[in-house]
Amino acid sequence: MAAAIMQSVGATTAISSVNYKNSGYASRRSFPERKRSCLSIHCDGSLTFGMNNQNNRSAGLSTNAVASKQDNVTASTASKPGHELLLFEALREGLEEEMDRDPHVCVMGEDVGHYGGSYKVTKGLAPKYGDLRVLDTPIAENSFTGMAIGAAMTGLRPIIEGMNMGFLLLAFNQISNNCGMLHYTSGGQFKIPVVIRGPGGVGRQLGAEHSQRLESYFQSIPGIQMVACSTPYNAKGLMKAAIRSDNPVILFEHVLLYNLKGNIPDEEYVCSLEEAEMVRPGEHVTILTYSRMRYHVMQAAKTLVNKGYDPEVIDIRSLKPFDLYTIGNSVKKTHRVVIVEECMRTGGIGASLTASINENFHDYLDAPIVCLSSQDVPTPYAGTLEEWTVVQPAQIVAAVEQICK
Amino acid sequence: MAQLTRRSAKLLEPISAAVSATRHLTTSSTSPITVETSLPFTGHKIDPPSRSVETTPQELLTFFRDMALMRRMEIAADSLYKAKLIRGFCHLYDGQEAVSVGMEAAITKKDCIITAYRDHCIFLGRGGTLFETFAELMGRKDGCSKGKGGSMHFYKKDSGFYGGHGIVGAQVPLGIGLSFAQKYNKDENVTFAMYGDGAANQGQLFEALNMAALWDLPSILVCENNHYGMGTAEWRSAKSPSYFKRGDYAPGLKVDGMDALAVKQACKFAKEHALKNGPIILEMDTYRYHGHSMSDPGSTYRTRDEISGVRQERDPIERIRKLIISHDLATEKELKDTEKEVRKEVDEAIAKAKESPLPDASELFTNVHVKGFGVEAFGADRKELRAVLP
Repeated sequence: MAAAIMQSVGATTAISSVNYKNSGYASRRSFPERKRSCLSIHCDGSLTFGMNNQNNRSAGLSTNAVASKQDNVTASTASKPGHELLLFEALREGLEEEMDRDPHVCVMGEDVGHYGGSYKVTKGLAPKYGDLRVLDTPIAENSFTGMAIGAAMTGLRPIIEGMNMGFLLLAFNQISNNCGMLHYTSGGQFKIPVVIRGPGGVGRQLGAEHSQRLESYFQSIPGIQMVACSTPYNAKGLMKAAIRSDNPVILFEHVLLYNLKGNIPDEEYVCSLEEAEMVRPGEHVTILTYSRMRYHVMQAAKTLVNKGYDPEVIDIRSLKPFDLYTIGNSVKKTHRVVIVEECMRTGGIGASLTASINENFHDYLDAPIVCLSSQDVPTPYAGTLEEWTVVQPAQIVAAVEQICK
Repeated sequence: MAQLTRRSAKLLEPISAAVSATRHLTTSSTSPITVETSLPFTGHKIDPPSRSVETTPQELLTFFRDMALMRRMEIAADSLYKAKLIRGFCHLYDGQEAVSVGMEAAITKKDCIITAYRDHCIFLGRGGTLFETFAELMGRKDGCSKGKGGSMHFYKKDSGFYGGHGIVGAQVPLGIGLSFAQKYNKDENVTFAMYGDGAANQGQLFEALNMAALWDLPSILVCENNHYGMGTAEWRSAKSPSYFKRGDYAPGLKVDGMDALAVKQACKFAKEHALKNGPIILEMDTYRYHGHSMSDPGSTYRTRDEISGVRQERDPIERIRKLIISHDLATEKELKDTEKEVRKEVDEAIAKAKESPLPDASELFTNVHVKGFGVEAFGADRKELRAVLP
């Protein structure tokens, strides 16, 4: 594969050949060829996941997580132009590539097969792979999640689709006790390489029970990883990474983002499950966000730029464990943090993130962290009320102005 | 020779007795013996198998030894619990041993078994060692789950034992998943998903059965009916106590779970059925002598007379003992010697397990995630390797 050594806009580290193990921060290396032995990172038993403080960074996951702005834009220096598609098509592409690559990958969920998926993510897969590999289950979330976990114990790699994330609450026991814990309670004998995915979030006037954000409920379960996709590029990349991962991964999609158009490369690529994405580098304030709120933040960022501010926007992507490396670098630069999330105020992802940042980067903060979350109410049906349960760009602008005073 | 004239009362009617001249216990005679089970099978939407079971002297002697080992192990676990070496929950299986040995006799290690928390003996039946069992119960690092699982989380991947689950009923969908994988991989094996009469009222069981029947998965749901869901008797918790009929569209079989040979016959029959026609439910009518767990005396909801009555009339080990003696396969003394041997084995295993160390503090964080996450991350547009996580 022809290699181009590339510098991307916004990269903050120089390319050097420092041995990552000794340095405090990993430097990004360009390789003339893709060699597996060059950069290998070992997770030893002393690393505590989710508590990625600086001391552990040098011994653990030191990937340079500074992604560039080019992530979801056509790579002009790539050999092929890339193609444009919608986010649900990107998910499908990732899924299809992984199913082609590994015969153990299978999908199960309600209406994923013949119907093609309620959001068309699995459209066309059942005729191609057969009814057993793209399995239409009855409406029994608890059992089919349990079934997928049992199948994963033997070596299959099932992808469980919740038609709406909220329905997976019925499978909470299976997700928490079996999915998350079996690797531990069996002393490492079994691994559970499942991917649990589905749409959640507020936005189509679907009513309270169908507009839930389950990130906050699942985040304490030990043993699982959670990621949230927001663009076609990271949707496909995260889907592939989640399928290849030997750990149970919950992939949160958003109902309003399925028809988002974006450009993705033609070549194969995989995103890292534990990395955050730098959407817009800046100097004044760090805005951390994920999923749909990224777009509200970017809208607010336009207003802020016009007003003379320079916000740094990071899409955290990895909800568990947090990419405290990228976040930390950003905090050290800007000294102010605003978190914008769609989770509820109480016990949400923002709450955990606030605690993590305070614990680890307290000295670098010039102001208390501002966390903007959804209101602690069931989502109402009426359009205007629904809008006000989530954070709006105007509120983000106001918060940034407040914190930068 | 006087033993030839001795017949055990009403429990056994050997149709033919192939009497082997040598009665040494180590003789592995494989000449077949046909024995009738104590009770006929009752079928639901299926013709039950015959009452006559083919067995061999070697098999009967193995049954005896294995059940005696399991019984001794559970009683030793009882004393260890009272000595506070085993903590937390400890659910004992004594009285139900016939289900485990009978099942093992009918299947191979490629078939999968999954059960709930009363799993010590099933683990042993699947090939687990006494040392691993006691070490795990006492939380030592040589335990089968490195001391991190405990009594309710025994697993043995290489011989198809999938645990060991604490939440009642949650193992049944997992079991259906195991059979789904067996069908996916087309490997002609079956899964036995075991649960109790208490768990039989869980909704996820019916959901799982529906899916198994829909896709003809090779799964066998085994209800170990010991008539008590912890402290609640079966008649107080189930409107329909015929658990083998609860599958409705799925065929069922009711088996005397205290008769190892009946269990063996039923499991063999069920395996053949499941491979061709999909799920079948087996209800094993069995009994536990101990309470639900060590914190339950077991006598507040049933009388001691009931317990001793079952022990006298239906005890699985006694049944095999009488069979062996009546077929002249071994003397009383030889069987007693076996029991002494077994006791010694258990004591030695306990002593060895007591010496095993507790797990390291670093083990707190191992096995939470699979090491290294297994992801290679790179960006196509940059053609640059960003991280290879082993």
